[in-house]
Amino acid sequence: MGKQVFEGVKVADFSWVAVGPQVARELAFHGATVVRVECHRWPETTRTAGPFKDGKTGIDRSAFATAYNTNKYGISLDLNTPRGQEIATRLVQWADVVTDSMSPGAMAKWGLDYESCKKIKPDIIYYSTCQMGQEGPYRQFKGYGMLGVSYAGYCNLNGWPDRDPLPLFNNHSDFISPYYLATALIAALLYRRKTGKGMYLDQSQVEVGINLLGPTVLDYMANRRIATRMGNRDQYHAPHGLFPCKGADRWVAIAVTSDKEWRMLCRVMGNPDWALDARFSTALGRKNSEDEIEALIGEWTVNHTPDEVMTLLQHAEVPAGIVQKAEDLFSDPQLSHRDHFRFLEHKVIGRHAYHSPAYRLSKTPCDIRKPGPCLGEDNEFVYREILGLSDDDIAELLIDGVVTCDTDSPEVLRAQ
Amino acid sequence: MDFDNASLLSGCRVLDLADEKGALCGKLLGELGADVIRIEPPGGCVSRNTGPFYHDTPHPEKSLHWYFTNLNKRGITLNLETADGNDLFRRLVESADFVIESFEPGYMEELGLGYGDLEKINPRIIMTSITPFGQTGPYSGYKAPDIVGVAMGGMVYISGELDRPPNRLSCPQFYFLGGLHGATGSMVAHYHRELTGEGQHVDVSCQQAVVLSLMIVAEIWDMLQYSYRGMGPTYAGARPNAPPLFSRVIYPCKDGHVFCLITGAAQAGMVASSKALAEMANKDGMAAELQDYPWQTIDAATITQEELDRIIEPLKEFLATKTKAELFEEALERGILLAPITTMKDVAESPQLAARGFWQEVHHPELGETITYPGYPIKLSETFAHTPRRAPLVSEHNEEVYVGEMGLTKNDLVFLKVNGVI
Repeated sequence: MGKQVFEGVKVADFSWVAVGPQVARELAFHGATVVRVECHRWPETTRTAGPFKDGKTGIDRSAFATAYNTNKYGISLDLNTPRGQEIATRLVQWADVVTDSMSPGAMAKWGLDYESCKKIKPDIIYYSTCQMGQEGPYRQFKGYGMLGVSYAGYCNLNGWPDRDPLPLFNNHSDFISPYYLATALIAALLYRRKTGKGMYLDQSQVEVGINLLGPTVLDYMANRRIATRMGNRDQYHAPHGLFPCKGADRWVAIAVTSDKEWRMLCRVMGNPDWALDARFSTALGRKNSEDEIEALIGEWTVNHTPDEVMTLLQHAEVPAGIVQKAEDLFSDPQLSHRDHFRFLEHKVIGRHAYHSPAYRLSKTPCDIRKPGPCLGEDNEFVYREILGLSDDDIAELLIDGVVTCDTDSPEVLRAQ
Repeated sequence: MDFDNASLLSGCRVLDLADEKGALCGKLLGELGADVIRIEPPGGCVSRNTGPFYHDTPHPEKSLHWYFTNLNKRGITLNLETADGNDLFRRLVESADFVIESFEPGYMEELGLGYGDLEKINPRIIMTSITPFGQTGPYSGYKAPDIVGVAMGGMVYISGELDRPPNRLSCPQFYFLGGLHGATGSMVAHYHRELTGEGQHVDVSCQQAVVLSLMIVAEIWDMLQYSYRGMGPTYAGARPNAPPLFSRVIYPCKDGHVFCLITGAAQAGMVASSKALAEMANKDGMAAELQDYPWQTIDAATITQEELDRIIEPLKEFLATKTKAELFEEALERGILLAPITTMKDVAESPQLAARGFWQEVHHPELGETITYPGYPIKLSETFAHTPRRAPLVSEHNEEVYVGEMGLTKNDLVFLKVNGVI
């Protein structure tokens, strides 16, 4: 593997849960040295939430905790002790980037807020990411991503017009925010190379979410239209929706966006008589009869698997796609071609799947080589090699409980 | 050029060929201060026909989708399929830093403008190609309007009601996610280029971008061999030593709906939140049966569905009696895990967004008014002056670029126009 893009870039990763760690992961994918700071006494949410290997809880058994921390080194350090905070400042001294995804004010309790870090290292680049941003009347919003997603307007746009809005299980804005921030963070790294100046980046995840609803927002701003949920319909195209297929809870998505695609769809379905209905020959006509048409298409799709429908239609240049379940993603031939899932051997979980970036760089491919760390897994390497502590220092820290270990974990998460 | 924006990507030029399948990428680079030139076919790009429209007037200069995704870009027209057009593009590449495109895989190569060709013109060039599934592979030729794309990425299956098909989010995300990851990938390549002088090709898959947005859906399959399925306004929690727990999360209220977490103590703050919500209800003379409920004894790992439903019922009744604003105000004060399910109107009127200075006013002289746009969601300590520029009109900057910067004459432009080059 060739030289990695961010080789030599150093990140002190204090961030919790999803957004903060994913930003650092993007740098870690491409060779940055990222040290993740955690503590057995209060394990962060991804370690307690699961999913756990075989459904069995354990501080190092959660794939949520590993998936977002590919290629990172992990140390255990109790930041609630003066000595722990002192060690953390040494890590800041070492770092190019410091990460924060706590509620506003939390890092300050440990002396690790931006201003404090700037005193330690004037050109530090420091990012804070939280639901609402660092300032404002709602800055203390008790936010998980699911609440931020509701506040940003997504839930209202999810579901059926005749039913309650639906949640977005994936806490959508939590998974778009990291890429917005990573883009800016890399620009900040380059800015520092040019000017010697550091940077503080204060991201609001709700604001990122709103940005990806841009046209819908403008529809309100310019037209005072309050968009609402439409099931699987589209304002501008028909037929457009999900169609039942052979198998349990199996569906295919089909969207016809032109007369030509309509004719090809009919041909693939064997030119059924109902398709010759004059009402269906125009786009407007199809839109006005969409319920009827979609029921009829469903009578055809139900005899096929989603893959069959997709293949037949795509070869006729009609847009169609399997409604993929998680299981399907792992056998998807295109994702396999892209080598999306990489399998790494984790000390506790065993061999399991990690994501890779959505972009492929032709000359500097990323190197996905290290599973997300067990808590404290790299203590020796980081304390000794990076921070230059002696074996005696490290022993003392362990004895004093500043460097925590498994027996400090909550009972329910301790290794058996 | 009247760009008064000295900022992080100052001095970088982006040639943006991407239609709606990649437009967000150039927009994000423009937000960081790059000079983004949107290059459209003569007469304008077909994506100008994407709704919604300003005052519902379907006109190529009134697409709100176009306005949003092409904010801060300049606009020129160019027909790459003519020899003159091809030439002009190569000249532009000589001094450009990024090329972004979203054509079908192979199209740029056919024109002699693939990455291998551009690299010869300018070894520093970064070419970012954004397609539904990537440049190569069994699905690389597949067509993917939003619903097809997000379905293939796994995002549709995780949302829905159990008695209906899964559902797509009623706001397109597929190509926005691809554009977003395209911007990140472009910046990784840019960092490498700044250090080494070497450009490269950035090949983006919108499908992968969707897979990366699924939180733990892939991990749940990998660990538990379960494919998460949307099941209405509830969350399901798998539990090692008990049947799964279904927790309602969306509740009707007086003027809409709220999202509220009322479950056991699994997540930080849940005990305090549930207690505070019950107290709020009690104060209103409701949920009397939950007075003195021993919230801290709830074990999320073993609480029965019956018990949880018993707790939720009176709270659901209470929530229905209050407005979103009333509930949210209390939630903020008392630490209740609750958020309003906002409409676009609520978003526009949010005091938090106003306090953050989130909105930006963009002047549209042709419309005779200013429209409020979402602003940049990250505050940077190094601030840069920036006047937002509305999306370009068709061929708006032809003269500025071709004549002003490239030394063509106005007569050349007429000639090229008549010959279908611009």
